[in-house]
Amino acid sequence: MTPELAIQLALFSPCVGAVLVLLSGRWQNVRDTISILAGIATLYFVIRIAGYHADEARLALEVVDVMPGLTLAFEVEPLGLVYALVAAGLWPLTSLYAFGYMRGHHEKNQTRFFVCFAAAIAAALGIAFARNLFTLFLFYELLTFSTYPLVTHAGTEAAKQAGRKYLGILVSTSVAFLLFAIVWTYAVSGTLEFRPGGILDGKLNPALTPVLLLTFAFGIGKAALMPFHKWLPAAMVAPTPVSALLHAVAVVKAGVFSIVKIVVYVFGIDFLRQGNASLWLAYIAAFTVLSASVVALSKDNLKARLAYSTISQLAYIVLGAAIATPNAIVGSGMHIAMHAAAKITLFFCAGAIMVATHKTNVSQMRGLGRRMPVTFTAFFIASLSIIGLPPTGGSWSKMFLAFGAVDAHQAVFAGVYMLSSLLSIGYLMPVVGRAFFCRADAAGAINAHGADAAHGDAEHGDHGDVNGGLHEAPLACVLPLSITALLCFALFYFARDLYALLLPIVRDTTIGG
Amino acid sequence: MFGLLSTWSDWATSLSTLSEHFPVLVVVVPMLSAPLCFLSRNGRAARGISFFALLSCLLMVIHLLGRVLDEGVVSYRLGGWPPPLGIEYRYDQINAFVALIVAFVATVVVPFGQNKKAFRVPAGRTNVIYAVYLLCTSGLLGMCVTGDLFNVYVFLEISSLSAYTLVAIGAERRAMMSAFSYLTMGTIGGLFFLIGIGMLYQMTGTLNIVDLSMRLYDVSSVRTLSVAFATLFVGVSIKLAVFPLHQWLPNAYTYAPPKVSAFLAATATKVAFYVMLRIIFTIFGRERSFEQMNLDRILLPLSIAAMFMGSIAAIYQTNIKRLLAFSSIAQIGYMTLGISLDSLTGLVGGIVHLFNHALMKGGLFLAVACILFRLGSVKIDDMRGIGRRMPWTMGAVVVLGLGLVGVPGTVGFVSKWYLVLGALERELYVVAFLTLVSSLLAVVYVWRLVEVAWFSDPKPGIRMAEVREAPLTMVVPVWALAAATIYFGIFTEHSAGVARLAAAQLFGGTP
Amino acid sequence: MSSYLGLWHYHACILLMMVGLFAVISRQHLVKKILGLTITQVSVIMFFVAMGKVRGGTAPILETMNHDAVARQAQDVVFSNPIPHVLMLTAIVVGVATNALALSFVVRIKESYGTAEEDEVLAADHAASVAESAKEHSLESEAT
Repeated sequence: MTPELAIQLALFSPCVGAVLVLLSGRWQNVRDTISILAGIATLYFVIRIAGYHADEARLALEVVDVMPGLTLAFEVEPLGLVYALVAAGLWPLTSLYAFGYMRGHHEKNQTRFFVCFAAAIAAALGIAFARNLFTLFLFYELLTFSTYPLVTHAGTEAAKQAGRKYLGILVSTSVAFLLFAIVWTYAVSGTLEFRPGGILDGKLNPALTPVLLLTFAFGIGKAALMPFHKWLPAAMVAPTPVSALLHAVAVVKAGVFSIVKIVVYVFGIDFLRQGNASLWLAYIAAFTVLSASVVALSKDNLKARLAYSTISQLAYIVLGAAIATPNAIVGSGMHIAMHAAAKITLFFCAGAIMVATHKTNVSQMRGLGRRMPVTFTAFFIASLSIIGLPPTGGSWSKMFLAFGAVDAHQAVFAGVYMLSSLLSIGYLMPVVGRAFFCRADAAGAINAHGADAAHGDAEHGDHGDVNGGLHEAPLACVLPLSITALLCFALFYFARDLYALLLPIVRDTTIGG
Repeated sequence: MFGLLSTWSDWATSLSTLSEHFPVLVVVVPMLSAPLCFLSRNGRAARGISFFALLSCLLMVIHLLGRVLDEGVVSYRLGGWPPPLGIEYRYDQINAFVALIVAFVATVVVPFGQNKKAFRVPAGRTNVIYAVYLLCTSGLLGMCVTGDLFNVYVFLEISSLSAYTLVAIGAERRAMMSAFSYLTMGTIGGLFFLIGIGMLYQMTGTLNIVDLSMRLYDVSSVRTLSVAFATLFVGVSIKLAVFPLHQWLPNAYTYAPPKVSAFLAATATKVAFYVMLRIIFTIFGRERSFEQMNLDRILLPLSIAAMFMGSIAAIYQTNIKRLLAFSSIAQIGYMTLGISLDSLTGLVGGIVHLFNHALMKGGLFLAVACILFRLGSVKIDDMRGIGRRMPWTMGAVVVLGLGLVGVPGTVGFVSKWYLVLGALERELYVVAFLTLVSSLLAVVYVWRLVEVAWFSDPKPGIRMAEVREAPLTMVVPVWALAAATIYFGIFTEHSAGVARLAAAQLFGGTP
Repeated sequence: MSSYLGLWHYHACILLMMVGLFAVISRQHLVKKILGLTITQVSVIMFFVAMGKVRGGTAPILETMNHDAVARQAQDVVFSNPIPHVLMLTAIVVGVATNALALSFVVRIKESYGTAEEDEVLAADHAASVAESAKEHSLESEAT
């Protein structure tokens, strides 16, 4: 297999998977098997690509010249490889999880669901391997449109409303700002290629650099930077596997990944640092980090709480990119992987709780830890990673991000990271604590949301089975979440490899790290 | 054996002699087939005749475009009279390109299946429709290829008169009133055009476009020149439905039979746009139009207003044909924006959008014809849940709609790219931004259709279960256009590439 | 001043055109609109005819086919310009066709609406659409 072929196959196997799923829609088991096999095939090819990359083979693929200056082309570089590995690696697990979940919930339109899912993964890989801004933008839009049917899956008025918000924010930011910024870049520099060191140095008026950077950052609505973050909580109406893979991993990471990539390969770290052009972006990201954490504290619905936590964690990465020191950039890249593993676990757990007990609110989860020990242990491990405590992967990336902030003599941003960690303890630990240490029948003992809880319980009317014994979700749900939880541990020990992989992207910078 | 060979070589020589006359046959073949259709007294035979007439027309245009790209301008002297005395048919990069679009769309639309109830014509007399249709096509092709300004007027009237008739045969009685107001507006537009021709003739004593442009260099009378420019411009703007002169368009497209709407939306306004390009860039020249007449100060605000008003009006429509008609007004705004940017890149955007919009709007109106055929209604509200019943048709609507939005990978993106780049090159940041924002409005109206078709339950009272996918003869043309929307969004060599040549030629001055 | 007065035929054309356009805009009866259109057309035709006329010129007809005679005649005699006049033959044909088509529309409109007044036709259309939506509302309320 040549490197070109590997890229082609990696991009095609989800597409082929989508078509086969569509054709085999009538036979549920065949369809679901195909879905998993496509996922495994994709992962295999991405791993092969990683292998070629380690051998320092040139991994580029030029498809077609669309217009002069606009080429549909792919090239593998470390940042994209990390993102691709994350997306492709978590896809088969999510597929497995999705069967358990979708069947457990008796969802309609499952074929459409799996087809769009595969299409979304293809788009995510396209973003990961994009060689220029045009290719990136093409797959970025493709990802938006292919995930829309997943958000409105339920077909209810609420789902459609959320779908409108989702599409409205993502498409309008991308067209009004991102495309504008891309055309602007092209008008200024005459190229859209990603190049180490950037393409704008010496071509863009330094006074306009912050404007262009902000146009890019707001244009990439998928990064959920405030004030364009509302789509993410809205998208939580989707079935949980969607929230897990797409709105904790593929879609949102596509956003922050694009920002980091643009900072590194379009602006260039040196160019950005020269005039402190990214300071505004850093302040906006820092504001997003803190305010989203505070909002997360106030959310009782578990998925909404996780959504705001995601917004806050994404802003970590944007902040890292905006600080633009080698350590911060590497930290951002690592955080893409670390946060993905942790957040997908949390969403899997939320889904598993929903499947097993039909509970969605934090205040209803008292004592559930005894009945679903595996799920809540996984939740606990993932929470540690989000907070950034060893021995989980999240601790490394957060450390590098904080180092980066100090390197840039912006200790205030290191403070933001620390404060946000404290806040994340505040919104994640009560879930675990309540599940393990509260007695299910002790309503209102340590409970701050007593009124809500009583209301919720009355609504669901399942007082009766709360005291039952072990009652986990189906194996297809529990297995993936255990694996991803273990991954959070594993990443703590493999962080060195990740660091080594990402280091080349900042090798040429003049500012010391 | 030898006899056969010699007949074959005779054939070959006569074909090559014939190919000398292709430039005029492109117009003459459909025109002379029209009476044949009329005489055939049979809808099926007329359909066959018009299909083959237009197909041969299409092949000839392709041949000519090839010749133009290889050899440069192809000039044909009608009756052997040399220009500027005689009428000249002149093919260059731009009008061969427009003629190709007209011939292509006209050919695709003919075999398209149809609902007899869509026409207000007595049964057994549908051949008349084809006769009028061929006349209209012939007029549009004539407008493209002729090099004589008065001849443009004549063909303009031929195509317009037949277009009014085509609109009037729509099934609803409102069709006639909309055809009448189309006629009123169109005739006034034609007359303005005629006055402008008269003034130009008065100043230069010639009607040949190339000759005219050269003689106009020496004309110093600015006032007559400005009046001539103004009348010509207004006349064509009415035909093109530039923003404040667009009132005839929504009703005409809404009440015309869907096939006719598809044809007119994809060709009539495009040819008018071509004539406008000719007037602005060839006859008057870029410098005169923009620096003396300050065209950009008028056309730029009007284009932006069209982009916004058209799209906003489209959002509030309840009838899908009307929605598409208003969207057309907005898209025409993009085309004129390309002119008014006064930059080469912007002009490429305008010209390539001419091609792209013909594909997308033609496809969308044909898809509407499919919906009308099976559902019997064009109300958006009645289409709830139709996606499951007619997945292919509605799938095409999604693809074509994404094209209208300008999603990368579709033709809409190509035009938008050039337009925005053109605006940024002129440092018109606000215009660039507004162009992008207005395309967001397209998301709203396109997504309304998507949501209704795929994510809604059927409306009570509509028997959605009985609706089936449209027949193959209808779905295939729709998908051909939808596939072209994607193909030309990725392989732009034959759309944007030709548009670049054409724009460079227009921008450079005389052809 | 005299140059303006000397161009009185153009002023007449403009006046005629305005009369025609005013009729198109202000009249409700469709036939009167058509009459207005025709007046506008005539004004343009007159404009062209006036344009081709050369003061003191005669009809451009050659009296002999002899080449020398032709040359001599061309020196002495002033001809009017025939081309605008010829063009107007075509324009008249177009005008007739337009009128015929417009009148046929009016006949059909009168047949189906019972009136040829524009406002009444539009009112009838409006009433029809209101009735239709009312019917739909009642259908929906029945269904729910």
